[in-house]
Amino acid sequence: MASDNTKDKSKSPWNDPYADPYISIENITKKFGDFTAVDNVSLKIYKNELFCLLGGSGCGKSTLLRMLAGFENPTSGRILLDGQDMAGIYPYDRPVNMMFQSYALFPHMTIEKNVAFGLHQDGMHKGEIRKRVADMLELVKLEDFAKRKPHQLSGGQRQRVALARSLIKQPKLLLLDEPLGALDKKLRENTQFELMNLQEELGITFVVVTHDQEEAMTLSSRIGIMDSGKIVQVGTPNEIYEYPGTRYVADFIGSINLFDGNVVEDEADHVRIQSEDTDATLYIDHGVAVTEGSRVGVAVRPEKMKLTRNRPDQADNVAEGIIDEVAYMGNLSVYRVRLKSGKIVKATLPNLDRDTEQFDWDEQVYVSWKPKSGLVLLS
Amino acid sequence: MRAGYLPLGKRLTSVLEPFANSVVGRFVVSIFGALGITGRTGVISIPFFWLGIFFLIPFAFVLKISLSESILAIPPYSDLIEWGEEGLISLHLNFGNFLFLLEDDLYWFSYVNSAKIALISTFFCLLIGYPMAYGIARASPANRNILLMLIILPFWTSFLLRVYAWIGLLKNNGLFNNILMGLGIIDEPIVMMQTDFAVYLGIIYSYLPFMILPLYANLEKLDGTLLEAASDLGCKPIKAFFVVTLPLSIPGIVAGSMLVFIPAVGEFVIPALLGGPDTLMIGRVLWDEFFNNRDWPLASAVAIAMLLFLVVPIMFFQYFQNKQSEAS
Repeated sequence: MASDNTKDKSKSPWNDPYADPYISIENITKKFGDFTAVDNVSLKIYKNELFCLLGGSGCGKSTLLRMLAGFENPTSGRILLDGQDMAGIYPYDRPVNMMFQSYALFPHMTIEKNVAFGLHQDGMHKGEIRKRVADMLELVKLEDFAKRKPHQLSGGQRQRVALARSLIKQPKLLLLDEPLGALDKKLRENTQFELMNLQEELGITFVVVTHDQEEAMTLSSRIGIMDSGKIVQVGTPNEIYEYPGTRYVADFIGSINLFDGNVVEDEADHVRIQSEDTDATLYIDHGVAVTEGSRVGVAVRPEKMKLTRNRPDQADNVAEGIIDEVAYMGNLSVYRVRLKSGKIVKATLPNLDRDTEQFDWDEQVYVSWKPKSGLVLLS
Repeated sequence: MRAGYLPLGKRLTSVLEPFANSVVGRFVVSIFGALGITGRTGVISIPFFWLGIFFLIPFAFVLKISLSESILAIPPYSDLIEWGEEGLISLHLNFGNFLFLLEDDLYWFSYVNSAKIALISTFFCLLIGYPMAYGIARASPANRNILLMLIILPFWTSFLLRVYAWIGLLKNNGLFNNILMGLGIIDEPIVMMQTDFAVYLGIIYSYLPFMILPLYANLEKLDGTLLEAASDLGCKPIKAFFVVTLPLSIPGIVAGSMLVFIPAVGEFVIPALLGGPDTLMIGRVLWDEFFNNRDWPLASAVAIAMLLFLVVPIMFFQYFQNKQSEAS
């Protein structure tokens, strides 16, 4: 897959065939009765990664996380953590800690006691515990709240307590179940960066489960997209966004305009597609190696679309339409354009200047894009 | 909550709505409104009224009798207020009954013994009831309802009958002794009736549901992810029970213990039917004073003293509940 960030590529262990994975999930299947929650998933996660499992509700991401924590036992397959097979190892014996979606703070204990809980279980010396807890509370900026009970804190503070509690044992692997789900948008953005800094500082491998694609894009080194118990695609946020492998992924991450059509010309360096949605043919600058006449989809991201009042000087990748809907978002304007074929496409245009020209309702426009903007989707 | 199931308050509103909108309803509402009684105060005043009529007034009677003197008459106590000549009203308050309670060891001993029996019974109810409540709370929803039903089922039979049934089981030629002798384990019957043992058994048996139900209500609410979190942090299940489940179920333990302890202190039927003559409990003493000695003033004083004796744990219970509701 052509990725232009060659700088990252050299240090990324997932591109190095000789790198040892830190967590190796091998053909894991989990069935609840007749229902298959996780279906033959294999995944390699490397040390110090912040790996996101992303998917809609019921896709099996949380079940996979619970199997890593040891709360569920896989029906078949195995999980290796740092070379050790996790089968038959109880949650309380695993070098893995979890931050729960509900935070699961002990309501009858102070913040200090909550954070110290894990260390107490290991029978650590009292003075050492006190020191470590104090350091940890300082790290998450809660040193003034040590003696409070969880119900006396705000949602954001509770989230940080939960994080502190799960980090204090310095686990080999930290699992985070929708870590920012309960926070409001502003707080979530700040916390995302705090979480990333913390992960870099501590050098702990994170596996995050989320349904929020923006969160996954911001946080992760790599994303694994799940659907109906299967991993559909694994890649860096950039790869997932720019080179989605399937319609499902393309549609799940960001928004997408999909044109269906038949391949009329397929060469090594380009492909031409005749679509019933547009008058002009669709021209993409990469070959797909399928037989001519096959039915494929062409995906174009809204921000890669251009809107003009006059027909642009290009034979391909252009369509005529009228503006159906306008949404001014401030940083950008979103237009829904009804093409002559009746298909509605979405285009987002950045408002680069204060007086960036806006299009009006029912205005006749041309939608166009470059050959390298589109992507052919075979499935 | 199941679909179509409305909370009681909502159901009541939906039932009362047609009435409130009718002519009669509007008339009633307007009269109450003119008296300054709005919907809220109206609703609250009903239980207050109930308590006033059926608790405070009888209590005032008992208090009055406890301050009078025992005489041979019908009713067998003197009037507190005497109407004399020329509008002279004299008030006779006799605190002798209360002083007598302090003088005679019997009363003090009965109070202490009642408290002791109630306390030990409460402890055993907790010991037996906690695992049961825990088991029910952890059962699958279908089994849970069946198990709860089994706990409540004995209430469908009269309390008195159930205590009588124990006589049939415990007496010398009762079921237990017959079985043990039939199996050749014992040669002669074990005396169980009219012992403290029988009284404990009766109280624990009778009050066990009052321990289980509040405990169940508490344990059922326990968030399972807290136990997962404990396990995740390296805590083994048995220890997790003592550091997470048990401390969080203290409100249920307190509620259940109060519901067992308070009625058990004043229990009369069980010691009367199952206990021996030396099982002194304040409920029986009160009965004897009232019906055998016909000393109504002294019996009333015993009742008042018992009330004061019980107010302390009730106040503790209230205080604890308030603290709990503040915390959550």
